Amino acid sequence: MSGGMHDIRVTVNGRAVAHRVEDRLLLSDFLRGVLGLTGTHVGCEHGVCGACTVLLDDVSARSCLTLAVQADGAEVRTVEGLGTAEALAPLQEAFRAHHALQCGFCTPGMLMTCIDMLATRRLATDEEIRDALGGNLCRCTGYEHIVAAVRSMVAARDAAGETAGERP
Amino acid sequence: MAAAAPDPLLRPGLIGARLPRVEDARLLTGRGTYADDVRPRDAAHVAIRRSDHPHARIVSIDTAAAAAAPGVIGVYVGEDLAAQVRPLRATSRMAGYHATEMWPLARGVVRYVGEPVVAVLAEDRYAAEDALELIDIAYEPLPAAMHAPEAAAADAPRLHDALPGNVLAARRFGRGDIDAAFAGAHAVVEASFRLHRKAPLAIEPRCAVAEWDHGRRALDLHVATNIPGVVRDALADCLDMPGNRLRVIAADVGGSFGGKGSVYQEELLVAALSRLLRRPVKWTSDRLEDLASTSQAFDERIEASLALDADGTIRGLRAEVLSDVGAYSIYPWTAALEPVQVVSFLPGPYRVPAYAAGVRAVATPKAPTGPYRGVGRPAAAFAMERLIDMAAARVGLDPAEMRRRNLVRAEEFPYRTGSGLIWDRSGFMETLEAALRDGGYAALRARQAEARAAGRWFGIGLASYVELTGIGSRISAAPGMPINTGMETASLRIDVTGAITAAFGIASHGQGLETTLAQVIAEELGARIDTIEVLQGDTALVASSTGSYASRSAVIAGGAATLAAREVRAKLKRAASLLMEADEADLEVADGTVRVAGTDRVMTFRDIARAIYADMGRIPHDRREDLISTQTYDPYLGTAASATHLAAVEVDPGTYAVRVLAYHVAEDCGRIINPLIVDGQVQGAVAQGIGAALLEEVTYDAAGQIVTASLADYLAPTAPCVPPIGITHLELDLPDNVGGFRGMGEGGTIGAPAAIANALSDALSPLGIAVDELPATPERLFRLVRAAQRKDDGA
Ligand code: FES
Ligand code: FES
Repeated sequence: MSGGMHDIRVTVNGRAVAHRVEDRLLLSDFLRGVLGLTGTHVGCEHGVCGACTVLLDDVSARSCLTLAVQADGAEVRTVEGLGTAEALAPLQEAFRAHHALQCGFCTPGMLMTCIDMLATRRLATDEEIRDALGGNLCRCTGYEHIVAAVRSMVAARDAAGETAGERP
Repeated sequence: MAAAAPDPLLRPGLIGARLPRVEDARLLTGRGTYADDVRPRDAAHVAIRRSDHPHARIVSIDTAAAAAAPGVIGVYVGEDLAAQVRPLRATSRMAGYHATEMWPLARGVVRYVGEPVVAVLAEDRYAAEDALELIDIAYEPLPAAMHAPEAAAADAPRLHDALPGNVLAARRFGRGDIDAAFAGAHAVVEASFRLHRKAPLAIEPRCAVAEWDHGRRALDLHVATNIPGVVRDALADCLDMPGNRLRVIAADVGGSFGGKGSVYQEELLVAALSRLLRRPVKWTSDRLEDLASTSQAFDERIEASLALDADGTIRGLRAEVLSDVGAYSIYPWTAALEPVQVVSFLPGPYRVPAYAAGVRAVATPKAPTGPYRGVGRPAAAFAMERLIDMAAARVGLDPAEMRRRNLVRAEEFPYRTGSGLIWDRSGFMETLEAALRDGGYAALRARQAEARAAGRWFGIGLASYVELTGIGSRISAAPGMPINTGMETASLRIDVTGAITAAFGIASHGQGLETTLAQVIAEELGARIDTIEVLQGDTALVASSTGSYASRSAVIAGGAATLAAREVRAKLKRAASLLMEADEADLEVADGTVRVAGTDRVMTFRDIARAIYADMGRIPHDRREDLISTQTYDPYLGTAASATHLAAVEVDPGTYAVRVLAYHVAEDCGRIINPLIVDGQVQGAVAQGIGAALLEEVTYDAAGQIVTASLADYLAPTAPCVPPIGITHLELDLPDNVGGFRGMGEGGTIGAPAAIANALSDALSPLGIAVDELPATPERLFRLVRAAQRKDDGA
């Protein structure tokens, strides 16, 4: 049954928002329902598919397993905070060039996962990339083109001399 | 990308270009519009209380507490809606077929765990779900036969009282003297094959949002579906509404694979409730509901035998198929869809002079089965390809040579199969040879010899198959269905600003049809692709359409688009010839312009459109033609699409896990519109086939409860499970349809279970093990190995 209400302040894609929410409200429902940011998708609501992945203080998190109140004081980044249709971010451009999406439903979660893994993992081999994608289901692509898109981003990252800080 | 590459938007020959997709920019930025993204103000949210019994009489339903719960707007049971709607009923002219009725909410009896029983409407989804728990339903359990073999028995408890038994459809196919074929055989190989039940598992769960407009007495229904036209037509009947007041929209759809390719009770439910309450009504399923109530797939038992000459030539094929179709005959496909196609496709791409097969579709208290990527063909290819490998071993041939000897040869096309299908010329032999060459068959065999010498379980499997795609009105997907799956309409226009709009009734759900259809139109019309807007997934766009399924959209909608583009191009030339006073034969149309060849006299489409629509008097009124064409295309027959798959696998002797080490697909899909998209379709479909072969299984326990109701229990392939997939495209003789296209969206799912079953059987052949049951989970493989070892110890 409905529980208590809480006031939360969250920075979403750089914009500060304040809302009064039910304690049981999922972060995914907060983003989609309250803020109207429907780019974050919900595929299972039990933490397996990864479609709902967002960045919570730069770390990938499943918004269906996170309560909105847990995001109080945090910075949330969703797919809407990446590039725009006219000016895609490089990762989005790589997905487009490599045809790494079909229906696009898993894609926002894939993108947010990829941002995290590109920042924190070496991804020296395709196997490492596949392992890092292992928590996100895509039913359409068979993953190969997603791996190719990530590979191209790793190449660009390494060429630019940026290093992935390994997270323990 | 090389800096010198020409601008693909300007290059001639857009058909065949590896273009990135036009739909990607919105999907990559989170700006798609999936059904759940439609959020009408004032929407009432539906939560559904579903049956927790496989077969039971509903004795009473107490909804009082739920109705009084905070935020609840109303609570509805089956009888409340009985006067508002007619049920869905999938009819068929097939002899011996029995239709079943599906009401939006169960009436009187429930027939599977997950069947909708009570709908709660509340101000938000949380409140609706809270109230579900307050509903008290008393059931009286009824007897049930859980699985097809028991349910098919004459004395089995009946799931539908009104029907004579549980067999919803039965059919026999055959030609030639089958008894003589077997009597004179040098050898016969036979086996029982089992392909377990699957979930299509689109990542977007099903969803429907109905918006009743009381002023117009009209309804907009946003649905996660790939058959908006079929949903519109069915609901028009069920709700007794004209098609111009009932619009079904499937803007962006998050995958289907067949799971969103039938008409569902929930769609009827939200539409009826929205009309009744005169407010928007929305239902979004969660994953549990999706796994328990979205149409499931396959679930076949196949007994088959193959009669052979000493040199491996096939003499005859016999099969009996028992198909577990679940509780209801799904709309519009009927319960016959999958099982009949197993039998129809079983002879595959081979010369089979004598064929005799029977099929029965049996109702059981499980979620209804429906279309799933490949329909019938994955089970058919699995059984036939296993028989081919068994035959090769029996007569002492390499599996590749066994196929070479029996595949229909180039000079034999068109070839009529034992089940009556006709194969037009397709690269049966060529795909085999290409898979062997490009997949590195010889090298893999050498690798296998080394692995075997080291005692490892390494195997190689081939699978050749053919399917029928882009099927016209001559051949119905299920005989006698109430819909025509054989035609599609394209409506093309150039408006006064020179912009091009092409409208279709098909519904892309990941295939990139906005891109491929734009490519076809750009090429046929002579336009720039970025000036074309493709509209689809909306029943208001054309008079009639069914949707996107059965590898048909590129062939049929692409054909309609081609015809419409050709007519508009002819109109442009006639107008330009008047305006530029030039002979039509001297006009060239390209890049959105019409030019008098060899001169600098040129008009853009916009110039011509303005001259026609806006500038009075430039064209004599009796010679003015609009720049519009609506064309409906029906290829009448279908076209064969063939492929050969090659897989190499290794079984871990400690964990019994299977690793797919190498995979190659060689396919003939006719004229390729966009190789990037074709590659993606092949890779995605193969991944699903790998899931079917190794992981995916919907399980019901003995009490009829669905055990695999979460993604922790129903395992789909993740990135580490899928190997890189090599692809060889062969563009051989083009099929005889308008565009020269063959459908190719499903092939991967057809070939992969067969190729992997053969590879596993090859890997375990030193132990005398054949893998004839899929998915080959570690547990199943462990049992097979243990049984073989025990037999060995006993001997
Ligand atoms: S929706 Fe969150 S992991 Fe699936
Ligand atoms: S693109 Fe459809 S689920 Fe990944």
